[in-house]
Amino acid sequence: MRQRLPAIVSLLVVGGALAGLPFTLSGYHVGLAAQVGIFFVAVLGLNILTGYTGQISIGHGAFMAIGGYTTAVMSQDHHTNLVLTMLMAFAICFVVGLLVGLPALRLSGVYLALATFALAVSVPQLPLKWSKFLGGRDGVQTSKTVSHLWLYGAAWTASAILFVLAWLILRGRVGRAFRAVRDSEIAAVASGIELPVYKTLAFGISAAYAGVAGSLFVLATNGFAEPSEFGVVLSLQILVGAAVAGLGSLWGVLAGAAFVGLLPAVSSSVPVIGSDHGRDVVFGSAVVLVMLLLPDGFAGLFARVRRFARA
Amino acid sequence: MATLESFRPRLRDRAALGGVVPPVSLLLVAGAAGLLVGSLRSEVFAQLTVQGLALGAVYGGLALALVLVYRATHVVNFAQGELAMATTYVAYQLIHWGLSYWEAFFATLAIAFVLGLVLEVALVRPVQHRSVIAAVIVTVGLFILIDGVVNWIWGGDFKYMQSPFGTKVYSVGGVSIARLYPGMLGVVVISVLLVWALFRFTKLGLGMRAAALRPAESALVGVRVDWMLAIGWGLAAVLGAVAGLMAEPSQFVLEPTLMQPILVYAFAAAVLGGLDSPAGAVVGGLAIGVSLNLVVQYVPSISSELQAPFAFAVLVAVLLLKPSGLFGHREVRRV
Amino acid sequence: MTALLELEDVEARYGPVHALHGISLAVEEGSIVAVLGPNGAGKTTTLRAVSGTVRRSGRIVFAGRQLDRLGPDAVARLGIAHVPEGRGTFAELTVWENLRLGGYTRRGSIQPELERVFSYFPWLADRRRQQAGTLSGGEQQMLALARAFVHRPRLLLLDEPSLGLAPVLVAELFRIVRELNEREGLTVLVVEQNAHLALQAAQSGYVLEAGRVALSGTSAELRADDSVRRSYLGY
Repeated sequence: MRQRLPAIVSLLVVGGALAGLPFTLSGYHVGLAAQVGIFFVAVLGLNILTGYTGQISIGHGAFMAIGGYTTAVMSQDHHTNLVLTMLMAFAICFVVGLLVGLPALRLSGVYLALATFALAVSVPQLPLKWSKFLGGRDGVQTSKTVSHLWLYGAAWTASAILFVLAWLILRGRVGRAFRAVRDSEIAAVASGIELPVYKTLAFGISAAYAGVAGSLFVLATNGFAEPSEFGVVLSLQILVGAAVAGLGSLWGVLAGAAFVGLLPAVSSSVPVIGSDHGRDVVFGSAVVLVMLLLPDGFAGLFARVRRFARA
Repeated sequence: MATLESFRPRLRDRAALGGVVPPVSLLLVAGAAGLLVGSLRSEVFAQLTVQGLALGAVYGGLALALVLVYRATHVVNFAQGELAMATTYVAYQLIHWGLSYWEAFFATLAIAFVLGLVLEVALVRPVQHRSVIAAVIVTVGLFILIDGVVNWIWGGDFKYMQSPFGTKVYSVGGVSIARLYPGMLGVVVISVLLVWALFRFTKLGLGMRAAALRPAESALVGVRVDWMLAIGWGLAAVLGAVAGLMAEPSQFVLEPTLMQPILVYAFAAAVLGGLDSPAGAVVGGLAIGVSLNLVVQYVPSISSELQAPFAFAVLVAVLLLKPSGLFGHREVRRV
Repeated sequence: MTALLELEDVEARYGPVHALHGISLAVEEGSIVAVLGPNGAGKTTTLRAVSGTVRRSGRIVFAGRQLDRLGPDAVARLGIAHVPEGRGTFAELTVWENLRLGGYTRRGSIQPELERVFSYFPWLADRRRQQAGTLSGGEQQMLALARAFVHRPRLLLLDEPSLGLAPVLVAELFRIVRELNEREGLTVLVVEQNAHLALQAAQSGYVLEAGRVALSGTSAELRADDSVRRSYLGY
């Protein structure tokens, strides 16, 4: 219990701060904070895959695209409730994730990185091909748009629910199996863990999270789902967020999400290079610097700070 | 040493490859024959084939750059395409400042070499031994960074470079072919051959191969392994620059996203040929280039939007069916 | 007469594990010196400390130059050839390319060196285009040695040359090493499990135990020592 207490307190602090935030910020900043929440969901999902089972994915933007298009299409064609479309995005991406996870079973390391990268490039091409259904280059729009505040509430509620869900999944048998797979596949098999089941399951869960993030992402762009929004760079951002987050720490994921959600916006206001295009310069340099200076991401940094504070 | 001679029957050079080479070369010969027959029967087919080979050479050039980097440092450089794009902008700028095309071409190659070298030393070396993911993320960061720098300096709008091959059209056996395509093919092939000769026939090349294969043993014979790997990155950047410069006239405009689809085709080409096989990368590039061109024309359900998904399908199929590719070596999985 | 190679209080570690606890030894120019000892005594690590393939501290002086801060490639360029345990041939490259790498630190043509090496290993001349990985184990060990000779080192570090070789080949190998020592004045520091062979070839030797020098002396002295006889010579 003494171990749990600080964790619970910090959760309450984060929750309280997030609940109070919209009343102190302007509309633009609430939008930004919502953006961080969206990335929180996506980074959390990728962290389950990469952090817990050791499988890399540069393709999570593809799952976000699928989730986003689910929301836009369902809303436009059937006027489905937006929250319901998020659940559908979760379910559809879970299934797609399982399907992608199957061939991924035979790949690892660099090869998995290549295959998922190609997935990230390929999926945004599909709306151009099936433009009647998916709107082509112009995209699809939801029948309703939402306010910054609505989005903020939805993003962070989803974050909270999915965070608790991840905690429930990872603390038990499944989490132990995931970690065993990451540490040594052969040892995991030897101790009776069904490798294919858990590896594909991790892909499914991870993709489902990305799907929800994709739904929110579409709502954040005035309800427009367009191929160009789901370009390679989005996948790269999620991966960067997960890498910056480091493994297995709420604070890390929060820092990673803030990093990819806020840095581009913040860096546009940096003098000299603070133009629209300059932000990628800042973002890219920050990514490289963080990787060079923080080998274990922010999670590692926090652990070091904690050790330092205790000593 | 008669005793030694008798220990083992003398082996032919290629004995170790003997089991693999015939089916693959049969496949290649059959493919080439098919292309030839098709070209003789249809003018459109012939034009598409030539164009596909030229584009394929570009993919192969970039794929070879990826393979060189992978062999040297076991890193897949996701920024290789963006690096090629950035060096193409350098050439654009040099021409803008008054250099002739070919002066700018060679100056750009020199700049690319230095750039590749510096990137390896400054960014890749520190993370290279940490983990696959760390190295991938650094190259991903580099991808975003280079993209940002190019957008920042030159802006995102289209730029135009004058084609080095003019607009002349040849007529070969009644088939008209723009000079551009044999030009592209020629430049890439010559570059690849030069790099091959460097690796095959020079002491520096031998040192680079040794350093990539066995770094520890190479250091023991006095090879400066770190430098060899950095030079490998430099050469890869040069090949990338050639690919970028040759890709530009085929797209007719220069924009920051020039190399992004090409990177995907190059990945597919490198995997098809075998990620550790330089020859495989080039053959894989040509195969991908030709088949993309022909498939889009002749398979009704695959339109040009589906080129990247098609390359993705090839990549995944190769990885699942024969992960070592056509020419690669099977990787031993370490536990 | 000063020693060609001198180690003074050299320590080395693999991560947290100490492998050498202050080794001191000297190798005279033109001599063959053997390093003996049980498994894990630090014999291989001693050679690696000289060639710079392990982290080490202490003083290592070679021909008046301090080595202890140099990397393996710099050490090689000073004229030290290290033939590591398990041969260290480049299996993917041809025999000729392996030999060429041996002469990597030499400027200009290595043709004279090759002629010289082929006089010791005539069978290599016909095999220059063959992939080194297709040679037998014994042939690869010979190739590793030949590669070191192309280097024309002032000091040869030889690690377990007899490992996994047929006795007839081991004898052949030591014969060549001795011949080079006598004819060309090659200095050799050899680590060897087979103490009998090693002391036959060497003029002097060191016995290591648990990362320290337990005993040293001329070959004759060591052969006469009771503990060496019991532990390493087996009579």
